[in-house]
Amino acid sequence: MLSLIILSVSGIAVLFLGFLKSRWILMPAAMLLLLAALLVTCLDWNNAAPYVGGFENMMAVDNISVAFSGIILLSALLIIPLSRYHASQPNAQPAEYYAILLFSLVGALMMVSYENLIMLFVGIEILSISMYILTGSDKDNLRSGEAAIKYFLMGAFATGILLFGVALLYGATGGFSVSVIAGYVQANAGNLPPMLYLGLTLLLVGILFKLSVAPFHFWTPDVYDGAPSVFTAFMSTIVKTAGFAALYKILSASFVDIYDFWWVSLAAMSVLTLVIGNITAVYQSSFKRMLAYSSISHAGYLLLAVTAFNDKSQIAIIFYSLAYALATITAFGVLILVEQTGTDKYDSFNGLAKREPMLALVNTIAMCSLAGMPLTAGFFGKLFIFSSAVERGMVWMLVIAVLMSAVGFYYYFRVIIAMYMRPVNDDGSGIVRAEVEVSGLYKTVLMLTAILTLMLGIMPDIISRLF
Amino acid sequence: MLTLTLILVPAIAALLLPLLKGQGSKYAAFAAALAQLAVALYAVSQFDPAAGTQFAFDYPWVASLGIHFSGGMDGISMLLVLLTAILVPLIILSTFGHSYENPNVFYALILAMESALIGVFTAQDAFLFYLFWEAALVPVYFLAGVWGGEKRIAITFKFFIYTVFGSLFMLLALVYLYFQTPGTHSSAIQDIYAVALDPATQSWVFWALFIAFAIKMPIFPFHTWQPDTYTESPAPATMLLSGIMLKMGIYGVIRWLLPIVPAGVAHWGTTVVILSVIGIIYGSVIAIQQKDIKRLFAYSSFAHVGLMCAGVFSLTLKGMQGAVVQMLAHGINIVGLFFVVEIIQRRMRTRDLDRMGGITQNSPVLTVFFMVLMLGSVALPLTNGFVGEFLLLAGVYEFNHWYGAVAGLTIILGAVYMLRMFQFVMFGEQSNWTGKFADVTLAESAVLIPLVAMVFWMGIAPGAFLQLTEPAVKQILELAASKR
Repeated sequence: MLSLIILSVSGIAVLFLGFLKSRWILMPAAMLLLLAALLVTCLDWNNAAPYVGGFENMMAVDNISVAFSGIILLSALLIIPLSRYHASQPNAQPAEYYAILLFSLVGALMMVSYENLIMLFVGIEILSISMYILTGSDKDNLRSGEAAIKYFLMGAFATGILLFGVALLYGATGGFSVSVIAGYVQANAGNLPPMLYLGLTLLLVGILFKLSVAPFHFWTPDVYDGAPSVFTAFMSTIVKTAGFAALYKILSASFVDIYDFWWVSLAAMSVLTLVIGNITAVYQSSFKRMLAYSSISHAGYLLLAVTAFNDKSQIAIIFYSLAYALATITAFGVLILVEQTGTDKYDSFNGLAKREPMLALVNTIAMCSLAGMPLTAGFFGKLFIFSSAVERGMVWMLVIAVLMSAVGFYYYFRVIIAMYMRPVNDDGSGIVRAEVEVSGLYKTVLMLTAILTLMLGIMPDIISRLF
Repeated sequence: MLTLTLILVPAIAALLLPLLKGQGSKYAAFAAALAQLAVALYAVSQFDPAAGTQFAFDYPWVASLGIHFSGGMDGISMLLVLLTAILVPLIILSTFGHSYENPNVFYALILAMESALIGVFTAQDAFLFYLFWEAALVPVYFLAGVWGGEKRIAITFKFFIYTVFGSLFMLLALVYLYFQTPGTHSSAIQDIYAVALDPATQSWVFWALFIAFAIKMPIFPFHTWQPDTYTESPAPATMLLSGIMLKMGIYGVIRWLLPIVPAGVAHWGTTVVILSVIGIIYGSVIAIQQKDIKRLFAYSSFAHVGLMCAGVFSLTLKGMQGAVVQMLAHGINIVGLFFVVEIIQRRMRTRDLDRMGGITQNSPVLTVFFMVLMLGSVALPLTNGFVGEFLLLAGVYEFNHWYGAVAGLTIILGAVYMLRMFQFVMFGEQSNWTGKFADVTLAESAVLIPLVAMVFWMGIAPGAFLQLTEPAVKQILELAASKR
């Protein structure tokens, strides 16, 4: 919980560091502060006692929230070095940029450890508003501005719906606290007012919108595509993880008793998301847009685990979020480098293996992990999710999920084909080394994510044994 | 421990090989493959067919899910491990006359494939089996996709997606079976065997598993990837695909289908036998019309695997034993035949039947090798193909006289397409292209001589191989019968 304070303070500190002439200090400073926040978060593991009853019961710490916070902070720590090219653009404002990143994490952490719907709302807003700004931060790029406006309008609308849901829940139960709502639901089981059902539905719509679950996904491709790649990485990992943590939290803390009410709609949306995300991803010619649709499809798998909602889902969601975050960061890391000289189309990856074998290899590992190939983290992520779904007896939904995984192999391997099997483009686009110098830190991040992906694929127990 | 050694030797070699530069890596790869063969031969010498699963190893892997890293070999596994260990050094040796780009990665992929194949044949845990099953696909996909012919990208991609599609359904079935095991669940093979599903469930689990195996073999109508992929792949990849990878499908049926869903097999067995018989006839008839020798052998391989599958699904001891022995025989023959194609292609830069003829005049030694391999493939008595094919047909005949009779046509059709091809290629007038055809080199003979020796050895003394697998095959059949 201390990490919230560290992050808030460090956000302000970084803002002031911007007054210094030597701007190079910003990135190391932001990383160090983030590392401190991550370590402090880890200290809370199995150590919830000091927080019991604290903060007027607005926030709570348990191992689940610590795990989610860990994933979020780790992802942020890995993404910051990738912002090197973005932050060194002529009219970039690196200090503001790093500060907003750190502030947005405060919102993300609130979303995973709230005890009160007000905190959930505040967390979502802090995260979202930071994201609106960052999406539009590429000021010379019209598409970046378009994406920001789209994201802001749709996001503000969704937040309104969420808030309406919270208000209705308050009206029905007389409280904002998840435990009060849980108590009310338990006490009046079988005789719940329609207002509560409506409130829950609207609350879910608000959260699912942020998670880009179909049919609330229409903003995703344009926003992910228009935003600078490094924020797309940020949005598709950190926002997703925080959102799923929030979703799982509210369902498990307050609405276990009316599982029969909400599981059907979640199941239907999960199937819809899987089908739309995967099928549309096939038709993309841009790697970045493909990753946007792939992020929709992964929301579908995660939602499957939420729908299954048993003792296996928790670990499945945590493991999958981590696996997905690592692979996505690698993919965007490589994409950012390729974009420097080429475009975000598949063609720009042609022959990458000949020029930059290391980049091609880590990207291959990432794609295999996203596709769910054995020996990568993604395989066990899928296995855990499938397991929890089978245990719930959702075999027919799984058949669809399995079919869609096969579709996934198709589009993830297209980039592998481009990298390894096609010759280098005649115009030389996509050749990374020629003009772009890749820093040691950048390479380290890519290697680290690839190694972690393989490690989790070989020894998944290092995560699953924790719980 | 021997089993683990067999998995690790090629795996470690595959990891180290990319560190080497240049064409020297082929010798290193060959040495590693020979070392592997030595270990495999030692394992055979220590092997007791009657003693069930041997050389077992078992380590907890994903403790939270009860997944074990465990393996071991019974007779069937031993035979296939032996096949793999014999073929891989020969496949590597067969490339000595040709230099591939990035040889270190090329040979590392071959060895990685060997490791995964041994893993498939020895895994004693459902998820470990799946892991090796997928791991075997990746190296051969890259071998075919990077070093293959002109149309390689689209064709190998089709192959890849096709097989992945099948395997994912297998994963679904394995996860489902895993959750039917009692207690905290386990994916060990004996626990999966102990699961007794009701017949209706067995029906769909059967298809979920079988579709993966059917695509891998391939069985009609799941075969459309096969002729193109075999034709476009570089020779070593074609040999790996047809010689060893195809056996993964048959092995999967024997080990992971028959004993697990016997009622499903009983219900759908006839359908599968009919599909297999259709494949036998269809493959043979198309093979007769081929102009491209490599494609012709691809269809012949498709026809042969149909007969093996029909034999397995006859659920008779004869049919199963025939299939197991035929897996070994077919592996040896088809690798030999594809190597002959490669020899011809290296010299003539074409595989077109119309441009050939009269090769025998300049190359008597090649003629002899080719003839023996071809006769083994058409199952002439005293060659290795005869034993397996005879038992297979006997098994299918026992299952149903009519199917047996139709499947028996394979002998006639096989002789037609093989002898026709042999006549076009080797005999007759020399063409413009075959006039300067050089006979086999020493390195090429070094590959063909062991293969030809195996053709005769298995043909004259099949008893040793049959005894090796009989207890294991009986055990599988008993297990399947006891659960029905």
